[in-house]
Amino acid sequence: MMNKLILGRYLPGDSLIHRLDPRAKLVASFYFIAIIFLANNLWSYLFLGAFTLFCLWLSKIDFGFFLRGVKPLIWLILFTVALQIFFTSGGDVYWKWSVFQLTEFGLKNGIFIFCRFVLIIFMSTLLTLTTPPLALSDAIEYLLRPLKPLKVPVHEISLMLSIALRFVPTLMDETEKIMNAQRARGVDFGEGNLIQKMKAVIPLLIPLFVSSFNRADDLATAMEARGYQGGDGRTKYRILHWSKKDTIVILTFAVLTAVLMYIRN
Amino acid sequence: MNPIIELNNLTFRYHKTDERPALNDVSLKIYPGEWVAIIGHNGSGKSTLAKTINGLLAPEAGSVQVGDYALNEENLWSIRHMVGMVFQNPDNQFVGATVEDDVAFGMENQGIPREDMVTRVEEALKQVRMNEFATREPARLSGGQKQRVAIAGIVALRPGIIILDEATSMLDPEGREEVIATIKKIKEDNDLTVLSITHDIDEAANANRVLVMRQGELIDEGTPEKIFSAGPKLVELGLDLPFPEKLKYSLSEKGIDVPETYLTEEGMVDWLWTSVLKK
Repeated sequence: MMNKLILGRYLPGDSLIHRLDPRAKLVASFYFIAIIFLANNLWSYLFLGAFTLFCLWLSKIDFGFFLRGVKPLIWLILFTVALQIFFTSGGDVYWKWSVFQLTEFGLKNGIFIFCRFVLIIFMSTLLTLTTPPLALSDAIEYLLRPLKPLKVPVHEISLMLSIALRFVPTLMDETEKIMNAQRARGVDFGEGNLIQKMKAVIPLLIPLFVSSFNRADDLATAMEARGYQGGDGRTKYRILHWSKKDTIVILTFAVLTAVLMYIRN
Repeated sequence: MNPIIELNNLTFRYHKTDERPALNDVSLKIYPGEWVAIIGHNGSGKSTLAKTINGLLAPEAGSVQVGDYALNEENLWSIRHMVGMVFQNPDNQFVGATVEDDVAFGMENQGIPREDMVTRVEEALKQVRMNEFATREPARLSGGQKQRVAIAGIVALRPGIIILDEATSMLDPEGREEVIATIKKIKEDNDLTVLSITHDIDEAANANRVLVMRQGELIDEGTPEKIFSAGPKLVELGLDLPFPEKLKYSLSEKGIDVPETYLTEEGMVDWLWTSVLKK
């Protein structure tokens, strides 16, 4: 299950992109996703595409990983693209059959949407492949900090996030164990029709929930015994370093925006 | 010498309607530098006792005194600073995402400056021989290694007392020995008081004093030698016999005269080879 999933996986490495501050990467990725929607002609898409490929190349990660990131979403992408192609009117009409039509605008929109999807997935895969989950949660905590005066429980959110991340492999192991234990007693996972399949999940889900409650109880007790009293007055062991190259990344994105504004219609 | 932990007539019930209290009128004193083991079968109230000492459970009646502090709302956190606890399940008490984060967790809670934390994390990990694993995630460690990290997290806080709440019960024999050896060394180095709650007779044999619990009451106390010489009575209490006792029992069943007093494994070996020579 874990091996096929590229989404949210981290590949250790030592490229320029790997060494960037997670805050810079997080901000840059979100910013990139936002400015993709500014692109509206062939040249702007080519420009963004070239930039994305350049970033992927900098990460020194095999291109196949990024393609595998697109794979689980390919049907969603094709479906959206097909809708765009067949239902957009305007420009020269090449082919028409009842409500379906193939038009110049439709084709153009379809291709652009395809590019948008792929570029967004490439960039977000790049973010997760080059950043350890823990660094990401640190970055999120830092970036949420301005919301503290608005009564957003920033410390609690980041604590939950880091505990959740720390328990993902533990719970994965446990799921596997329970599944095998139930298989040994004759439960058939993934067989039969939809209702039978759903019923088979119950002997997996309930023990998993119960054990999670027990875990949470134990963990809370252990945390309290070690003097945890909430976020106030705590110091932090883990710190992030903002360096010159992070500033350069942010500046690159400013330049990118300027060029994009110039070449778009 | 003043006791470092003093419990007076402690009574505790999990639910108000419970007929039999989990702890019934327990009084005990533990002195600085002692290693005390509390033994008893499942449900005898051992873990409950441990949790009342640092205020994780509030007693129904009786008082708890740790060092100079009486346990109450006000002193709760001062007491928790003095008492470090290692729990049973190595996975469920691992808070940090990596080994070093976990060791630092308790210090973060106390607001210790980062520079101090860095040196103390390193020192503590060295003491439990886990310094090579500082950046590892818990999923890649064995049970015994995780318990050693938990111990490091407590050593870094420099408490005066360590309570082991069945800390070795989920480990294999190898991991168990590893953890007990680590505790022994740390106790000597830092002059700690250790309270170990256990099923494990071998762990109890390390103690200076053993307390026996049954159904929420303290029924016996004494040196390991005294407690273990009770022999088959221990089995009635739901406890296992130490190996030399088992051997003595089997020998006496074969009609061989064995000494009445408790012998350690070494003592048993000595007695065996001298008795063979005498023949």
